[in-house]
Amino acid sequence: MTATHFLPRQHLQTLLDQLDALGYRCIGPQVRDGTIVFDRLSDATALPVGIGAHQTPGRYRLEHQDHPRCFAWANGPQALKPLLFAPQERLWRTERDDAGRLSFTSEPQPMQRQAIIGVRACDLAALALQDAHFAGPRADPGYSRRRRDLLLVGVECGQPANTCFCASTGDGPAISTGADLALTELDTGFLVRAASEVGSALCDALPLRAPSDEERAQGAAEIEQARLRQCRSLPGRNLRESLFANLDHPRWDEVATRCLACGNCVAVCPTCFCSTEREQPSIDGSSSTHLRLWDSCFSAEHSYVHGRLLRPDTRTRYRQWLTHKLGGWHDQYGRSGCVGCGRCIAWCPVGIDLTAETNAICADASESAQEAP
Amino acid sequence: MTSPPSPPFEPANTLGRRPRLAVHKLSSCDGCQLALLNAGESLLTLAERFDIVHFAEAGIIDVDAEADIALVEGSVSTAEEAKRIQAIRARSRWLMPIGACATAGGPQALRNLADAEAWIASLYPEPQHIDARPTADAVAAHVHVELELPGCPVSTTQVLAALASLLAGATPFAEQDKVCLDCKRRGQVCVLVTQDAPCLGPVTVTGCDALCTSLGRACYGCYGPAENPEVATLAQRFAELGLDAEAVTRRFLFQQSGAEPFQQRVRAWHPKLQAGSATASADRGRDLASADRGSSMLSSMTSGMTSADRNLSMTSKEDDDD
Repeated sequence: MTATHFLPRQHLQTLLDQLDALGYRCIGPQVRDGTIVFDRLSDATALPVGIGAHQTPGRYRLEHQDHPRCFAWANGPQALKPLLFAPQERLWRTERDDAGRLSFTSEPQPMQRQAIIGVRACDLAALALQDAHFAGPRADPGYSRRRRDLLLVGVECGQPANTCFCASTGDGPAISTGADLALTELDTGFLVRAASEVGSALCDALPLRAPSDEERAQGAAEIEQARLRQCRSLPGRNLRESLFANLDHPRWDEVATRCLACGNCVAVCPTCFCSTEREQPSIDGSSSTHLRLWDSCFSAEHSYVHGRLLRPDTRTRYRQWLTHKLGGWHDQYGRSGCVGCGRCIAWCPVGIDLTAETNAICADASESAQEAP
Repeated sequence: MTSPPSPPFEPANTLGRRPRLAVHKLSSCDGCQLALLNAGESLLTLAERFDIVHFAEAGIIDVDAEADIALVEGSVSTAEEAKRIQAIRARSRWLMPIGACATAGGPQALRNLADAEAWIASLYPEPQHIDARPTADAVAAHVHVELELPGCPVSTTQVLAALASLLAGATPFAEQDKVCLDCKRRGQVCVLVTQDAPCLGPVTVTGCDALCTSLGRACYGCYGPAENPEVATLAQRFAELGLDAEAVTRRFLFQQSGAEPFQQRVRAWHPKLQAGSATASADRGRDLASADRGSSMLSSMTSGMTSADRNLSMTSKEDDDD
C-alpha cells in the first residue's frame, strides 16, 4: 500500500515550482471561454479556484462557489488527448530541387518534458487506451515523443457532473493507476500518493506531512460519495455482442433524427483516435507539407471506403461511432473504448446521451445483466 | 462524395508556356477578388507562375481572354451576365466559381425567395431600366464548373492551394469537413454548448479556419452547407434554445440562402416561399407575392429595416396570410 501524505493548500505552488525546477513545462486546468481548459500553468492561483462546472446534455456552465478548492469540477472539453495526439500535426515536408528531384524530411519535434496537473481517473484510463493505439508495436513517433517523460499529477474526482458515468465503466472516480502522483482534494489541502519513482522523488521534495485519520477518512468518503452520486450508467462493460446483434434496431433511425453528425462527440472523446492526412502545397511549387488532422466517423471522408461512400447518412455514421466505441474496441484493445467521462453528452450540441442510446439499443443486455448480476 | 475532375493541363513545365489565369466578376462586392489580391507575397509568386490575363481588381483587363483556369466571383443576376458566363465557359478550360455569390447566389439570392419584380418596382421610379433577372444564381446553375470554392469571402488559402495543386498536375482538394471539426481541431470551445449561441457550425462546411467561433461568436454559415447537413435538426435545436421560428429562419438567410439545404429550412418555415432556382420560370415570383410574412421579412433584411418597420414594406397585403 502506497503511503499517503498531506500537502497543505498553501504549498500547492511548491509542487509547480518543483516541477519547474526539474525542467518540466507545467500544464494545468484554468478557466477560459466559459469552460475549463488545459494550458501552460506556472502560478497556482491561475487554477480554477472556487469554480464549479454544471454539465447536462448539450449544456456546460461554470459557476462560482464559496470554497477554496481548485479541482471541484468534473472536467472540461479536453484534457490529455490534444496534448499527445495533436489535433493538427505536420508529419513531413517534401522539397523539390531545381532538377526536379524530391526529398522528404520528417518534422523535427522539440523535446520538452511536460507535467500535467489535474488529470482525472477517466483521463488516465483514456490515456492507457491511446497508448495502446499510438504507442504499441508500430509506435507513432510524434505521440511517443510527447508521451515519453510525461509526468502526470492526477486529482481524484469529488464532484462528478450530471453527465459522468465512470463508476459504470470501472474507470473512476478514484485513481488506481497511471498517475505519478495521485491527489485527493480537501478544503485544507491534498492527500498525496506517489505511484511511480518520479512521483516518490517529487514527494521527497515537497513540504508534506502525515495526514490525520480524519483527513484520510474525509478523502475516502468524498470519493465514495462521488461514485454514488453518478446518475448515468451503461448496461454492461462488454456490449459487443448486444450491439452487433442490434444493427437494425429502430433506435438508430430515431437517434439519426436528433444527431447533427457534427462530430463534436468524437472531438471531445478522450479515446477517439481517427485521423486524416492532407497535403499543403506551396504556391511556388518548391515544397509541400504533409499534415495529419483529427478526423471523425461523422465526416464524409472517413465514410468513404474503397471507391464509394460506404456510410452516406447520419444513421450509419452514428452507428459506426457507437458500435466501434463500445463494440469493436473489445476486438482491438480488449476493452470498451468508453471511460465514462461524459464529454460526448455535455458537448453534443443537441444533448444526445450515449448512455440512453446504448441502454435503448442494448436493452437485451440490460435484461440479462439484471438476471445475472 | 464526388471527386473533382482531372486537372486541365500537365504540370507547368510540360505545358511549354505559363498557364493562363483569368479572374472574372459577375454580381458581387469584389471581396473575393480582394481576398486574392490580399495574398501578399504569394500573389507575386502567382504572377510568376501564371500568365494573369484578366483580373480587374489587379488592373489587368481583357475580359475576352482565353484562360486555362478561370476564377469567377459573383452570381448570375442579369441577362448580360447569363450571356457572359456562357462566353467565359467557352473560353476557359477549368472554371472555378469562388465565394458565396458564385457558388450559391450570395445575399442577392434573397430575391429568389420573393417577388423580385415587385421589389424593383417599389424601389425604382422607372424599373424598366433595371436589368435584373428574377433570381440571382450560382454559376453552376448556368454552366458546368470543375470545382467550387465557397465562402464570404473565399478563403485565400483555399484558392492558392487549389491553384498550387493544379500547377502540380494534381486534383485540388475539396474541403468537406464541418466547421465543428475544424473548430475542435483548433482547441476552441463550443459556443452553442457554453453560450446557447445559435451556431451554424454543425451544418456548415469549413474553410474559414473556424474564424467566428475563434472569437466566441456563432458561425453564420457563410461557407454554406456541408455535406450531410442536418439543417432541420439544428433548426429544432435553435427553437429549443428559445429562438422563435422567424429568428431560426433568419440564421439561414445570410449569404447562403440560395443553397438548397438552407433554402429548405426557409420554405419549411413559410411554405409559400417556393425555391428560387435558375431553372424556375421568370414569372414564378408573382405567385410569391402572397407569401406576405416571408417576403416582408426578406425585404426587411435586404433594405436594413427592422422587424418593427415591416408593416411599411412593399409587400402586397391583399393575398391570404398563413
